[in-house]
Amino acid sequence: MTIVFALLIAAPALAQKAPLADTQLSDPAQEAQAKALMETIRCVECQGQAIADSNADIAGNMRSLIRERIKAGESPEQVRAWLIQRYGDYISYDPPLGGATWPLWAAPFVLLVIGIAIARSSFRRKR
Amino acid sequence: MIAEGGLAALWLAAVMAVLQLVVASSAVIGGRAEMARAVRPVAIAQGLLTALAMLCLILVFVQSDMSVLLVAENSHSLKPMMYKIAGAWGNHEGSMLLWVTILGLAGGAVAIFERRLDSRTLNATIGAQALIAMGFYAFLLFASNPFARLFPSPPDGNGLNPLLQDPGLAFHPPTLYVGYVGISVAFSFAVGALVTRDVGPAFARAMRPWVLGAWIFLTIGITAGSYWAYYELGWGGWWFWDPVENASLMPWLAATALLHSVSVLATRDGLRAWTIMLAVVAFSMSMIGTFLVRSGILTSVHAFAVDPKRGAFLLALLAIYIGGALALFAARIGTVRQGNTFALVSREGALVVNNLLLSVILGIVLIGTLYPLAAAGWGVQLSVGKPFFDKTVGPVALALVVFIAIGPLLRWRRDEIQALLKRMTWPVAASCAALIVLVPFAWGVGFLPLAALVLAAGLAVASVAPLWGRNLRRTPLFTWGMVVAHLGVAVSLTGMASDSAFTKETLAVLRQGETRAVGPYLVTMTGIRPVVGPNWSAIAADLSIRRGEGGAPFILSPESRFFASPTTTTSESAIATRLDGQLYTVLGQPDGKGGWQVRLWWKPFVTLIWLGGGLIGLGGALSFLGRIRRRKRAVYDEYEEAVA
Amino acid sequence: MRRVLLWLPLALFAALFGLVALGLFKPADRTVRSAMVDKPLPEFALPAMLPTKPGVARTSFGGGKPRLINVFASWCVPCIAEAPELMKLKAAGVPIDGVAINDTPEAIQKFLDRNGDPYERIGNDKASQVQIALGSSGVPETFLIDGRGRIVRQYVSNLQSDQVDDILKTWRGMR
Repeated sequence: MTIVFALLIAAPALAQKAPLADTQLSDPAQEAQAKALMETIRCVECQGQAIADSNADIAGNMRSLIRERIKAGESPEQVRAWLIQRYGDYISYDPPLGGATWPLWAAPFVLLVIGIAIARSSFRRKR
Repeated sequence: MIAEGGLAALWLAAVMAVLQLVVASSAVIGGRAEMARAVRPVAIAQGLLTALAMLCLILVFVQSDMSVLLVAENSHSLKPMMYKIAGAWGNHEGSMLLWVTILGLAGGAVAIFERRLDSRTLNATIGAQALIAMGFYAFLLFASNPFARLFPSPPDGNGLNPLLQDPGLAFHPPTLYVGYVGISVAFSFAVGALVTRDVGPAFARAMRPWVLGAWIFLTIGITAGSYWAYYELGWGGWWFWDPVENASLMPWLAATALLHSVSVLATRDGLRAWTIMLAVVAFSMSMIGTFLVRSGILTSVHAFAVDPKRGAFLLALLAIYIGGALALFAARIGTVRQGNTFALVSREGALVVNNLLLSVILGIVLIGTLYPLAAAGWGVQLSVGKPFFDKTVGPVALALVVFIAIGPLLRWRRDEIQALLKRMTWPVAASCAALIVLVPFAWGVGFLPLAALVLAAGLAVASVAPLWGRNLRRTPLFTWGMVVAHLGVAVSLTGMASDSAFTKETLAVLRQGETRAVGPYLVTMTGIRPVVGPNWSAIAADLSIRRGEGGAPFILSPESRFFASPTTTTSESAIATRLDGQLYTVLGQPDGKGGWQVRLWWKPFVTLIWLGGGLIGLGGALSFLGRIRRRKRAVYDEYEEAVA
Repeated sequence: MRRVLLWLPLALFAALFGLVALGLFKPADRTVRSAMVDKPLPEFALPAMLPTKPGVARTSFGGGKPRLINVFASWCVPCIAEAPELMKLKAAGVPIDGVAINDTPEAIQKFLDRNGDPYERIGNDKASQVQIALGSSGVPETFLIDGRGRIVRQYVSNLQSDQVDDILKTWRGMR
């Protein structure tokens, strides 16, 4: 077991990681913006997770990149657009409204209309 | 020998299922009374035989019989006993056997306990149950035999995924499965009723406890699963809108809608076709859920024991059962007499709106979950996650909360808006008070959490309102159940909103003796030490924690664990639970200069999420007891009448 | 009308079934591809990883000469498998620049000594900033940049021999 302990100490250390992967921004408002954005950016390596919840190296590096850009004064939506430019719509858990996603965004309204139409038949008509 | 015994029991159970179908259908279609008498015993025998097979599987896991392929692949002799037992269902074959076992036992339970349903409909129901079971026996016996031998047998097994080596595994899948599969009873009831065209209040009263029973387990299973993911995944999240989570939420939404529409059918003889439809949809959602989880066609963090090849078999079963039931629905429901219609302002009116909103949420979750799959079909890669569901499900859910508050305050048949408004005075006052209290320090947390907190306050008051001015001793248990469950919704909602609005996060690299603050707490690193477990070794950090400068210190020790078989690292969070929230600590990596990465969260009132879930389940249980009691009394009364 | 509507749930289920069956029998490619292909290479400048080689910058691309960018790391096992293919490309005269992710000079030197050194320049991309700017989602990945500084192709994971042929063909065509 001591061997395992030794191995752990020798494991890749934080020093090699991107500077802001797990370091918060000093401005709480900016940090909150960055954090909220991270929760909506999908990890490209471990595909089922947002980068805010992932241990993958590249997720950490993306967190760092987001914090740096937010710190430099970019808005979260600008950073998102920049990432979408790199990776396509895949990267954003918030699918941007467009040719391939309008049926998705329309679905709640369509469902509501259909639902109301069905429910109407249960109600007594006013005479 | 135990493995062979288990396999034999499974084959016999399959034979019983075939027999059950033959006997039941000849009783229903041929009208043969002597056949009808055999239906119940055969169904009970089938249930017992599957249970025996499951028991055999658990036994081979307990004995670490490495000559059984499944044990060798998924277990390890050094694993603690609890995980050996739970390991029996922590894999594909075992979890499918558990599925079938619960299906068989549910069928047996219907055969033993259901005395109210019209006997033709009952036989048709048990026949439908046999038909479902047959498909899954075929699946197990031909495509996923859990008892297959391995020769030569290895000296030891591969071990269980360390993320699954947690008490959660012993509890969460079986509970959820009882819910998933319990809904099959509602499905079979619906099919039975379609066959005999007997859809009415008596049918609804017979079906209600079964739906309620399955729903209680679904509720508890989802609540437990959410807490398990919360402390095990180590990021402080409790719901990720992940496909597997959605797969468990969809049957729950359908079952919740069904529970309420069944009440309308039982009390007011309305929503006939709708209730049948929901029963079919609810079980369809649990089959689709099982399929999504088992086939791995969607990427998920919780996807364990995934096997796409067997997906085809499951998909075929899905098509036969759901397609068949929907075809039967389309062909038959037109010949069932239309149910009653209602006045808009009435209890049943509110229940219809509740059903409408629950169904819309269900539809959104289903479409959102499958949309990436459809998009991939036309060559577009996209992701649908939390922001989409927050924006779409969020507002509908809040509207639903309003109707949960209103519904129980309305009278059946017909009510007046004026009277309702009067009854809503206190709930509305509570919401206003919450708004006034919250605005100063919750401004800027976003619309959704703020609106949720305000509405939750109103719902909390409205949910207990049906008890006002009543003799509490003589209030029926199922009314208590409704009150407790609706209060649970308010409690859970408060927890969710509070977590998303007020959570404080601190990420830090701490050396020995260094202190950082998170929320009201001061966290000091006092040391790092190795820990040795039964089949893992770990590094633990000792964090000394005080609430404010003068607080009494206590220790939390988050760990980073290494498992040798299979080799994996997991982080074990350490959590301190207080009345007003939880302090959540996670140990990360060393920085190579004597410091260790720690992640700290203070989550005010986060525990209310699961407390609320528990209350919802408890409400269901109270309601269930109330129905059972009343039912016994009714049977007794009928007996008395017959004797007289 | 009502009779037809009653069949609607079955029709919806059939659509759902078709969708899920498609997902099962023709599983979608889960590789996350860069959306930067056919777009100009973004601005960047990476410091040198090794004292013996210069770093990599946007300015080294274009000017009529097509080049490869290889995103790699010393700790990545498929990168070892890919090394001989890259050496083949080097032998054919294709200029290759390396972008090393999360790495140290010592580890890189050891990796090159063991597996061969196909690189003209190696940039130190400690925090994946250039990797992310390229839309790359892992190591190894290879990008072919044309003489005008546009990204023409992306090859995900370690290069296979047919991909090497493809690169050679395209590269020769572009010159």
